[in-house]
Amino acid sequence: MARSTANDAQALFRSLRSAYASTPTNLKIIDLYVVFAVTTALIQVVYMGIVGSFPFNSFLSGVLSCVGTAVLAVCLRIQVNKDNKEFKDLPPEQAFADFVLCNLVLHLVIMNFLG
Amino acid sequence: MARGLRFLGILALIYASLSLCIAANVRPISDAHRSAALELFASPIDGSFGSLEETYEALKTLKNLGLERPGDAKEKACPVVVEKLGSTSSSLKDLFQAVRVNSVVGCQIDAKTFADVASRIQAVIKDTSSLEDFYYSVGSLLLVKDQGSSVNLLDANDIFHSIKALSQSDGRWRYNSNSAESSTYAAGLALEALAGIVSLADSEVDQSMIETVKNDIVKLFDSIESYDDGSLFFDEKHVATSEYKGPVTTTSSVVRGVTAFAAIASGSLNIPGDKILGLAKFFLGMGVPGSSKDLFNQIDSLSLLENNRVSIPLILSLPSTVLSLSSKDQLKVEVNTVFGSAAPPLTVKLVQGFSSASKEVPALENQELKFDAENGVHYLDILPLKVDVGKYTLVFEISLHDPEHLNTYATGGQTKTLVFLTGIIKIDKAEITILNSDVGNVETSQKLDLSGDSAVALSANHLQKLRLSFQLTTPLGHAFKPHQMFLKLKHDTNVEHFFLFESSARQFKIVLDFLGLVEKFYYLSGKYDIEITVGDAAMENSFQRALGHVELDLPEPPEKAPRPPVQPADPYSRFGPQKEISHLFREPEKRPPQELSLAFLALVLLPLLVFIIGLIRLRVNLKNFPSSPVPAVFSLLFHIGIGAVLVLYVLFWLKLDLFTTLKALGLLGIFLIFVGHRTLSHHASISSKLKSS
Repeated sequence: MARSTANDAQALFRSLRSAYASTPTNLKIIDLYVVFAVTTALIQVVYMGIVGSFPFNSFLSGVLSCVGTAVLAVCLRIQVNKDNKEFKDLPPEQAFADFVLCNLVLHLVIMNFLG
Repeated sequence: MARGLRFLGILALIYASLSLCIAANVRPISDAHRSAALELFASPIDGSFGSLEETYEALKTLKNLGLERPGDAKEKACPVVVEKLGSTSSSLKDLFQAVRVNSVVGCQIDAKTFADVASRIQAVIKDTSSLEDFYYSVGSLLLVKDQGSSVNLLDANDIFHSIKALSQSDGRWRYNSNSAESSTYAAGLALEALAGIVSLADSEVDQSMIETVKNDIVKLFDSIESYDDGSLFFDEKHVATSEYKGPVTTTSSVVRGVTAFAAIASGSLNIPGDKILGLAKFFLGMGVPGSSKDLFNQIDSLSLLENNRVSIPLILSLPSTVLSLSSKDQLKVEVNTVFGSAAPPLTVKLVQGFSSASKEVPALENQELKFDAENGVHYLDILPLKVDVGKYTLVFEISLHDPEHLNTYATGGQTKTLVFLTGIIKIDKAEITILNSDVGNVETSQKLDLSGDSAVALSANHLQKLRLSFQLTTPLGHAFKPHQMFLKLKHDTNVEHFFLFESSARQFKIVLDFLGLVEKFYYLSGKYDIEITVGDAAMENSFQRALGHVELDLPEPPEKAPRPPVQPADPYSRFGPQKEISHLFREPEKRPPQELSLAFLALVLLPLLVFIIGLIRLRVNLKNFPSSPVPAVFSLLFHIGIGAVLVLYVLFWLKLDLFTTLKALGLLGIFLIFVGHRTLSHHASISSKLKSS
């Protein structure tokens, strides 16, 4: 029973990998960016866990900048994905321009809060 | 009925305050003023007096006081005077100052220069409408006429009119027809100028106008202000203006104007002599002023009051206000003019003398003072009058021998002064006893002689009382109550306790019940030194005597008894350095070790590396970068713009503040929007072309 579950998990994993290979490159770039942002946030949380949260504003700004930029990247991915019917008429350049603008505003606020 | 009574009461109060002002003992001009003048004026720091105005003030004051002017004054002042009088560009004020200095110093000026000056001034005086210009012109012409040249003032009536036109209804004057503010100082200038016009005029000035000016002077005197001691002075209505000159300068300006006008006006000016006396008291009450301008104004005004035509003030003063009965002092009174010159024949009468103890019944009444012609002093022997020691208020009255002098001299009605009579107070019947409180009998008793220190040795316990009593008698045999009477008990450990005496009919005594004082004494047993202090202003032999000591046996202190205050070994040690205070600061937060932080810095940069490696693995390329030059430039600028914004953010974190950042961000943002729009629309058009094709 356990072995079949393990086998099922492996089969599931393999099918996911093969399905993922067919995604367009630009979406893969965005996914990689999201993974990068989230890992950076996790490392910062681990650091805070070790040394304590003394300059709490710095910790918050660091973590929230990573999480915020990840969220914006996810939004970009949604809007740029050609399979997404909802955003069929939205030119991807416009989505990218929104992404850039929102990122700049986010980072201005983050830098102010960084202290 | 009540209103009538109240009105009468107010009237009585006003009359009383006018006639019976308490005078601080003012003294006429003395050598103290002369030495102050020499200090201020005769030895200027850099060898010259400064401006012509200061030169005039210095030399005139020295002349008024009868002092020699410094030897080089003439050499220093005359060149400036000659230059000012000869130059055609000198202003009216400069000419006035120069002519004034010349009148005191006496430089060699030839008649032609004076004639030129006079004609120049005559030309200006017709067109001017400012009070100061009139004052300087008329003053200069008057002095030029005094120094030899003949001057004829034409159109004197017109000039008189122009000056009079600037007067106000309250007796003050405006500086010119444009200014709205009137000034008392200006009134003094105007009166002096008007008096000058009358003396310079070749034809008679209209007599009715002179009468109008006399009325103005009376109205001006209505605005006189007073201090409690009876001195009167003039001051401006508004104190905060930039031209405010202070009561001394304003009053002396009015005195100059009024005395000058009184000298030329026929008939009297209707100013009561008491007001002139009040002005004299104001100037004398200043003492010796410290500033040269105040000293000049004081001496100048007093010299004008000494010989003025309204009424000459006579000052009643006491050379000494403390009289000793034991050295048989006489009460001495001097009556002089303000400069200390002799007064006309008169008698001084002591109307009443009140002691501070009994204000209703006078101690002295109606004593006439004898006159010592040799010393110019009125004196009275007080010893035969049987007055006791103490503080007295004496009321004097001056009566002039010649009834004609009543119009020329101002005596000021009744003058009040404060006088101290001191004497030797006799202390006797001094006795110190220890009593048993329960039975009331005397345990030990000793007679004391308080003319010197004693050394009694007593002992007592807490169940006993200590009694000290004595009598104080004045030279006339009355009981005397001094201002200060203390008994001090000092323990070996320097703890001190003070007690006051009770006074009964003839005796002063104090009873210390040790049972009640045990707690006050902090339960300290041991040797207590006894000291007695008796003092008063009227007592010539105030004393502080050590009487000896008393051994006190007090019970043991309970646990909660108050400890005596720690007496410093040196009573001045509390002025030394205090205990050092150590401040508690907030402990700084614990920071992680630097190696850990650096390690995590490297760890955080790791995902970035992974991202870049991942991008390379995905075979990321820049094929879509536009090849044609214009779009390429825009794309490049777009990326540079984003980079610039990120650099701006780093700078913001490092050193900029929010507002400069926002300003820069605004500019960069506009640039970025423009460039980004061009780039992205180019991209969009390309991809739509690809899609359609």
